[in-house]
Formats: sequence, structure tokens, C-alpha cells
Amino acid sequence: MTNDTIHFKPHSTQFIVNGKEVVLQFLPWVSLLDALRDHCKLTGTKKGCDHGQCGACTIIFDGKRILSCLSLAIMKTGCSITTIEGIAIGDDLHPLQTAFIAHDAFQRGYCTPGQICSGIAMLQEGKASTREEVKELMSGNLCRCGANNNIIDALMEVKEKQDYE
Amino acid sequence: MNNFNYIQVANDTDAIEELTSNKEGQFIAGGTNLIDLWKYNLTHPGTVIDISGLKGCNTINEDENGGLLLGALATNADTAYHPLVEKYYPLLSKAILAGASAQIRNSATNGGNLLQRTRCYYFYDASSPCNKRNPGSGCPAIEGQNRMHAILGFSDRCIAVFPSDMCVALAALEAVVNVKGPNGKRAIPFAEFHRLPGERPELDNNLDAHEIITNISLPEEGFEENYSYLKLRDKNSYAFALVSVATGLKLNGGNIDSIRIALGGVAHMPWRVPEAETYLRGKEATEENFSAAAAILMRDAKGFGHNDFKIELAKRAIVRNCLMALDPKSQRPGAQPSL
Repeated sequence: MTNDTIHFKPHSTQFIVNGKEVVLQFLPWVSLLDALRDHCKLTGTKKGCDHGQCGACTIIFDGKRILSCLSLAIMKTGCSITTIEGIAIGDDLHPLQTAFIAHDAFQRGYCTPGQICSGIAMLQEGKASTREEVKELMSGNLCRCGANNNIIDALMEVKEKQDYE
Repeated sequence: MNNFNYIQVANDTDAIEELTSNKEGQFIAGGTNLIDLWKYNLTHPGTVIDISGLKGCNTINEDENGGLLLGALATNADTAYHPLVEKYYPLLSKAILAGASAQIRNSATNGGNLLQRTRCYYFYDASSPCNKRNPGSGCPAIEGQNRMHAILGFSDRCIAVFPSDMCVALAALEAVVNVKGPNGKRAIPFAEFHRLPGERPELDNNLDAHEIITNISLPEEGFEENYSYLKLRDKNSYAFALVSVATGLKLNGGNIDSIRIALGGVAHMPWRVPEAETYLRGKEATEENFSAAAAILMRDAKGFGHNDFKIELAKRAIVRNCLMALDPKSQRPGAQPSL
């Protein structure tokens, strides 16, 4: 940061991350993604493109999946956020995490936290009934390893078992 | 990327006042376009004015004229999935769901959708000249890479296209954009909201400098029986349109009582040609008649090399989409062509 920073005021921001209250000061331009990774030290949420094109930074915000890279942290004060670190309960994986392992739904794994957060929110939204609709509603999450078919297989299995609350 | 200040406003009067008093002020709501433009060093807000908490602007309600009022701050997702929109304006719902990704639709607002900037490669590259971003610097797209660019309504200064899907449906539905500014309120018919580039490509629309969109009115006619939105692009999903078509029609027996056809991805604003719609009135809903209307819509079309294919593509998309409107159930997720 340059000396210019001194003219800009940090804003006190409070949110609930994975059930824990966080109170921090952020400068206006800090993205929610950087806030989570650099300030909350929750590096499970990944920075892929940082421009809203890849979906790697998807988090669940007040029950809805959003892109943390295109959100300002200070605008999310008072909100509840779930990141990949908050998906499992202790060592008990979420059914979608188990399904990702069973279906070999990743290679490199960089897109996986975003895929899982996006997938859980997609299932909870309840707008997809067919495989084609699931694919359409997951199109905001890119997988450059090409595990897409396995990801959709994992999602379909969890969807059919209705195992995603 | 520049640093900026941040203030939050609670009502539209304060929002207008802050925008008027902050010379480099810009509104932020969903932020999905503004933050991206700022990260690419294409826009440099001095103060970001947070309007996301503005009272009364995030609702969707029936109005007294039998239509619907879409709050400017309602998200694209909440609008597309709203029961009244799904039931009476399925064309709008389909168009919104063909745009962006589920994550972006959860953040992006209706007002922001109308005000999003072009995705022209040169506009998005801060090191390129661009008359829209830096007036007078030139338009490299005209003789450069122009696969996604305009075939209608362009000028010798700009051949960018307006990227929204939602707005193509709003054009077909003849929505009205309600705005408020220092001099009071006004209602802008959708066809007069966006503009062609002409001599001033830096202006995307006819909103005055200190005005704010409060809501969008949908007239009663929603074409809920016969409608279709078709979007053709380089990927099946999550890509901007090369050509898109919104059709709403009313049938009287096998004949067309009335029809609206709006195009996306072809011009600096959603594109309609009233003459093509008048031509179809009273005629049979056949491929032949739709082809003749498509020829009227494309009469003035011109390509710039890489985008020449769009002229034929648009003609075929118009015909296909009008036929799909006869059987809306044939539509597939993401506004893909019916099987």
C-alpha cells in the first residue's frame, strides 16, 4: 500500500464465518475473498481468476452461493458465511464431500471447495430436477482438470438420496 | 486499481445527494460488474456509494395497472424465480437464467443488469485504445478481432454490443424504467433507455449523470402462453451471447395476433424492428413467414469480418426461436435450441 492509504478509513466489519463471530477492520476495497483468506486465515476458499469467471471462490452467504472475489468485505457486515472449512462437522464429511471422493470428482482439487459450496447451495435451492438442469446450474464452476462428468455424478447421487440439508 | 472511499446510504434521496456531491462517486449494489471493472483498472471510483440497503427497492410487487414492479435492487435470481415472474413473465425468467452464472445472479441486481458495461475485448483491455473508455482514442475492434461485435446500429467510433440477456426480454416486453434524479422522477420506455453509440460511444444509456433507477415496470401483457428465449454462444452455458432472440407472441387460431421480437448480442442495445413485427400480424405462424420477418430484421446488417457469420446466424435464430415460441415446453435449460 502507498502512503495514500492513510486518507482511507477502515470500516469495522462483523460477520459470522462457519458459526464463529468475526470482527475486523477492512479498507473499503478488500474483497470478501481476501478477507477470508488473508485476514480470517481460511485459505480453503480459492482465488482462481479473481474476476468472477471460474467459481473457485464460491462461498455460501446467508444460504445463497455467491462469488467472494466480486464482493466487498465491508458490504457483508452482519451476514452469515459458510466456507469449505464449515461444511464438514468435525471429521464427519458432508455427503457431497464423500460423494466427490467416491466419484473421483477432482484431480488437482483447486476448484473443489468452490464446486462443493456451489453444489450444496444448488441442491438446497431445489431448482434442478434433471441432470441437464444440474449441469446448467453448475456452469459457473469451471474444472480445468476436466472432472466435470464425475462432479455431476457426485451431485446427482447426493441429489437422488436427498442427502444435502 | 485505485483506492476508494466508501459510504452507505439508506434512501434514494441520500443516494442522489451523495452522487451529486461526490465528483468521482459511483453506486454499488451487487458489485459484480463494478468490482470487476475496477480490478481491470477500467473504472476509478473515488467513492463507492453503497445503495444495497436502500429502502423499498428490493421488492417485486403487482402494480395498479395489472403489471409488475421489479425493484432495482432485487437480485436477478430472486426476480427470475419469483412466482409472479415465472407465471406471467416466463420470457423474462428464461432470459435472466440464460445470463451469467447462478452465483452471479444471486448477487447482481436488476438495476445493475441494465447498467452493465460491454464485454468488448478492447474495452476490457486498459492498454488498448477504446472510444467507449477513452473517447477519441479510436476503435481497434473495427479492423481487429470482432467476432462478438455489432452487426446493427454501430457507428464508425464503436461496434461494441450490449451484453445483457435480461434486457432483451425487457425490450420485448416493453418494460418501463423508473428513475429518480435531482429534478424528480421520470419513466423511460425501454426502447429509449439504452442508446446507439453514434458520436458518443462512452454513453451506454440515456440515464442522466445523477439519476438512479428505482424500479422497472412490466406492462400487463407477458406473452405467457407463447414465448421463447434462445441464446447462441461459444459455450453451452456461462458465456455472452453471439446472438440471442426473445420472442413473445399471441395467436388467434393459427394466425399471429401480435408478436414481439427482440435481439441481443447484435447491437449497442437490444434490437427491435417494428416493421418486422407489423409484417407478421395476421399472418400464419409458419417458418416461411418468420423467415421473411427475419430478413426485415437483418435488412441493414453489416459484418466486420470475424462477425460476418452473425447475420445468417441471427436470421436462423429468429426463425428457430419464433417456432420454439409456438411450443414453449420444448425449451431447454440455459436457453439452448430445442432438440
